[in-house]
Parts: sequence; structure tokens; C-alpha cells
Amino acid sequence: MAIVAAETRTSYQLDQSWLVRLFDNKPFLIFICLLPAIGLLTVFLSYPLGLGIWLAFTDTRIGRAGSFIGLENFESLWHDRVFITSVWNTLLYTSVATIGKFALGLWLALLLNNHLPMKSLLRAIILIPWIVPTVLSAIAFWWIYDPQFSIISYVLVDVLGWRDTYIDFLGQPWPARWSLIAANIWRGIPFVAISLLAGLQTISPSLYEAAMLDGANAWQRFRHVTFPMLMPILAVVLTFSVLFTFTDFQLVYAITRGGPVNATHLMATLAFQRGIPGGQLGEGAAIAVAMIPFLVMATLFSYYGLSRRKWQQGEDND
Amino acid sequence: MTDQTLATRPPLTEKESTGVIDWSSGPRRFITLYLPLSLFVLILLFPFYWMAITAIKPNAELLDYKNHNPFWVQSPTLDNIKKLLFETDYPQWLWTTMMVATVATALSLFASVLAAYAIQRLKFRGSQYVGLGIYLAYLVPPSILFIPMATLIFQLGLFDSPMALILTYPTFLIPFCTWLLIGYFKSIPYELEECAMIDGATRLQTLWMITLPLAMPGLISAGIFAFTLSWNEFIYALAFIQSAEKKTVPVAVLTQLVEGDVYHWGSLMAGALLGSIPVALLYSFFVDYYVASLTGAVKE
Repeated sequence: MAIVAAETRTSYQLDQSWLVRLFDNKPFLIFICLLPAIGLLTVFLSYPLGLGIWLAFTDTRIGRAGSFIGLENFESLWHDRVFITSVWNTLLYTSVATIGKFALGLWLALLLNNHLPMKSLLRAIILIPWIVPTVLSAIAFWWIYDPQFSIISYVLVDVLGWRDTYIDFLGQPWPARWSLIAANIWRGIPFVAISLLAGLQTISPSLYEAAMLDGANAWQRFRHVTFPMLMPILAVVLTFSVLFTFTDFQLVYAITRGGPVNATHLMATLAFQRGIPGGQLGEGAAIAVAMIPFLVMATLFSYYGLSRRKWQQGEDND
Repeated sequence: MTDQTLATRPPLTEKESTGVIDWSSGPRRFITLYLPLSLFVLILLFPFYWMAITAIKPNAELLDYKNHNPFWVQSPTLDNIKKLLFETDYPQWLWTTMMVATVATALSLFASVLAAYAIQRLKFRGSQYVGLGIYLAYLVPPSILFIPMATLIFQLGLFDSPMALILTYPTFLIPFCTWLLIGYFKSIPYELEECAMIDGATRLQTLWMITLPLAMPGLISAGIFAFTLSWNEFIYALAFIQSAEKKTVPVAVLTQLVEGDVYHWGSLMAGALLGSIPVALLYSFFVDYYVASLTGAVKE
């Protein structure tokens, strides 16, 4: 009805200049308003996305336009041990880090949901690891994982006496993988905890009272009240977390650069190494494109998580 | 634990066991609440403490754990920071990062305000699909875009120029800001805008004089958040910028301060610390806006 009001108004304001009237013309205004956002996203997001898929089927190198070679990139990747390792690393990294982040993040959120002195200060402190540039905190982890001067080794060997030798965190494949996962969990806990805390705070206390009147114990209250009420927001946060962990680049590039001997490459770091310093744009793009099926699955998950939330709150779909 | 107390206590105090007004059981509350909480805070903050203490340690103390307690510094020095500021391009990197982040944020905010206004207020056929499309754009991660984007940047002649970053950062900033602002516009009563239009304001005047001032908290949230995201961005800055003096802080610290096999941990940590300070300052002033935008973006 507002639209009607706006349009009838213009009809008697004849003294307005044509420019003002043009900007009150709804289709024109919609076009103008959407132009900057849609324009930028089309040129720098949709077009590169399409170009990337095309590049994956060519043998483009830096400085040389490639020609279409069909599935050759993917066939050679299929037999490439480094690539297969990177896929397994990515799956391991994503699954273990996500489970760790959510278990610890949910725990922290439940702790913060209690009545605490200086709660907002505490919340502010907890978000710090998430605010600081990932690469810069990754450098701190690089130093913490140093083979000779690691503070963790110092505590374990010289203070507690639990071990005899310093741990070689980043020199061996498996310790290096676990070290990276630990750093990723550290980085991810604040985001999960604060988002879930926001979800926890929307749960009405009367639900807990009702559950307690029915004789539910603490675990039952968590299982049948907290968890279902948290489920929608949990689904969204989970999707984002999986998406960004799966495509993580910074942490691995900063701490190990894929080493030792390509053992800790994720798909993103391998794509970068092959594509930019290695110059094999086609092959790098193929590795990046190989990530897309996983991302589509995560997005669909998010979509259903969102729609369920709307249904729960009885909102209309706008 | 809680169910035991439920059984042993009289029914009237059941409410206390939820933790809402539970002041009675001190030791248990300490073990289940304060102890894990302080461990969390300790672990989450330790790397920053370690970063700071390393940045002010002289080399003799840094590499000698036998004679010096590594957790403390006996004779703090500013050598590492001095070296960073006067012997490297660090001020230049800070300036570039600041400039790129500011311009990219301004550009994204401009585009997002208009887009969010069009989607939320000028409802048209298919507006929710445009909204959904922008949301999906947020789910496209930079890791799969940087290779084709590098070729595009090269074709446009923007390689090794800050312009490359200013134009590519909005690809992840616009979707985020637009979604945040749609949420804020939704919370502003449309009647206020109707009143303005009945009084003869054009739609752009309404946006400028009614909607935007009311959406100020949303604009601040989106702005500082976008600034932080651009400050922290890494992969595009790594791929598109080559000359040492044009790099952004996160990239430069990692690529320019690490030379050969000898790591100068002191100046590396000083670089990481100084690079975190601008966002940390911004954060300390606008904590509530950060929390609002974080939780708002997830909820929308």
C-alpha cells in the first residue's frame, strides 16, 4: 500500500524535476540500487567461478592461454599421490577439527550461559582469537610448535618431567597434522561458542521449568530441551564452520606450507602451490573445482537448516 | 551431578540446581564452572601472551630456557619493534593494509546498503531470489576463486596493484553486509518511511534521512566487521601482490620477515603483534557491535 501512496503522490507534484521523478520510478530505482552489488558480484565472483570451472578442463599455464583437454587434469590428479593425500588430509582436518570445535564450543557456551560476574568482559576476551588475523596467530603457533624452543615441550620435559625428549611437532607427518588441527580448533572455538551462546539465550526458561516439573534430570533437559531448541542455529553454524574449515588455507600455509614433504597439504594449499608459484593454472583450478561437490553438500545442508528454523518460528518466507 | 541434588534436596529449591540462582554449592560450582572456564580463557589467551613476551625478549633470553624462565622477561627490550619499524617496510605495509581495508569497506557498504534497501523495502517480484543469490555468494569460498581471479586480475592489468584487492574484497564483504543490513532494515518499522513519503519525501530521501539513521547500529556493525575481514584477508593478497612494498601486513609478515633458515622470532612476533593491534583496538571499542553482527549474521 505504501507503493500506491508513493505513486499517487508523484502525480500531483508536477514541480519536481524529471531527475527526481526518475529516481522515484520504482523499476528504475530497483535497477540502480542493485547495480553496484550485482555488478561487482557478477564480474568478480560469478565470472571467476565459471572461468575456474573452464580452466579446470584446460592446460593453461601462467603466460600461456591453454586449450581444452577434457578430463585430463582430473585423470592425472586421480593418480597423483600428493593430491590423494591432500583430499584425505582435508577430510580428516575438517571432520576432527569440526567435532573438536563444536564439542568444546558448546561446552564453553553452556558455561557462559550461567550467571557470571563480568560476563560481557569475559565474552569479549573469548572472542579475541577470532578477531586477530588468522595468519598472525598462526605465526604464534608456529613459534609454539618450534622443534627446539617449543614452550609445550619445555613444560612437558623440563617442568613436569613427563617426557625425555622435545616433541618434533612439525617435522613428522602425523604430529604436524594434529598440530594443525589443534591450532584450527583453537581458532574456531570462539566463533562456535559465541554463536551458540546467542542461541542458548533465546531459549525460554519456562521450558526448563516445565521439564523439571515433569521430573527431567540435567542430561534429559539438555537432550530434550536445549539440543532441539539449539538445532536450527547449530545447523547454520555447523555449515559455515565446515565450509570454512574445508577450504582453509591460511593456517596450513602459515604453519607448515604443506610440509613436511607435502604431507600436510590441504586441497586449497595444494591448489595454490600448483597454480600460482607452480604456474600450472589449469591443474590448480582442477584441484579447486574438485572441492565444489563437498561445498554443494554443505550448502544444501544449510538450506534445510534455515528452512526448518523458519518453520519453527512460524515466520513467512521473506 | 545435578540429578543427585534434585533427589536429595527438598522440592522447593529445585530451581537452584539450574544454575540460575545457584549460590549455595560453592565447591561444586567451582569445579564444574569456574575451573573449566578459566582453563578455556587461559588456553585461548596464551598464544597472545606468548607473542607479546617473545616480542620484547632480548635474543639471549629468547633462546636460553636453562638460565631464564621462558614465561617471564628479565630485561625487556624494544629492539625487535625498533628494527621492525625502522629497518623494514612495516609502516608502509600497515598503511597499505589500512587503505585497502578502508576503501574496500566503504565500497562494500555503499553497494550493500542500496542492495539491502532494494531487496527489503522496494519489494519486487523475485526479490527473495536475489537475496538468496547474494546469500549463496557468501558461501563461495576464496580458496576456489583465487586462481581464475588471478587470471582476471592479470587481464585487467591490475596485478600487483592495491586496486586488485579493493575490487576483489567486496566479493565476500557485500554478501555479508547485505544480509546483515536486510536484517536491520526488517527491524525498522515501515510506517516511519510511509510517513516521510506522505510528507513528500522521495524514496532516496527516505532512505537517506529516515532509514539510514535508524539503521546506524547495523551500519556500524557491518562496517567494522567488513574492515576486520579485509584486514585479515590473506589468500587474495598473497596471490595478487608481488612487490614487497605493496604487500598487506599478514602477507608481508609471513613472506618478508622470514628469510632463509634463521627465523628472527623476536621481530616476527613483534610484527604479528603490531599487525593485530589495529583490529584489536577497533574491537575493544565496538565489542557489542561485533557480537551483534556475528550472531545476527548467523541468525538471519
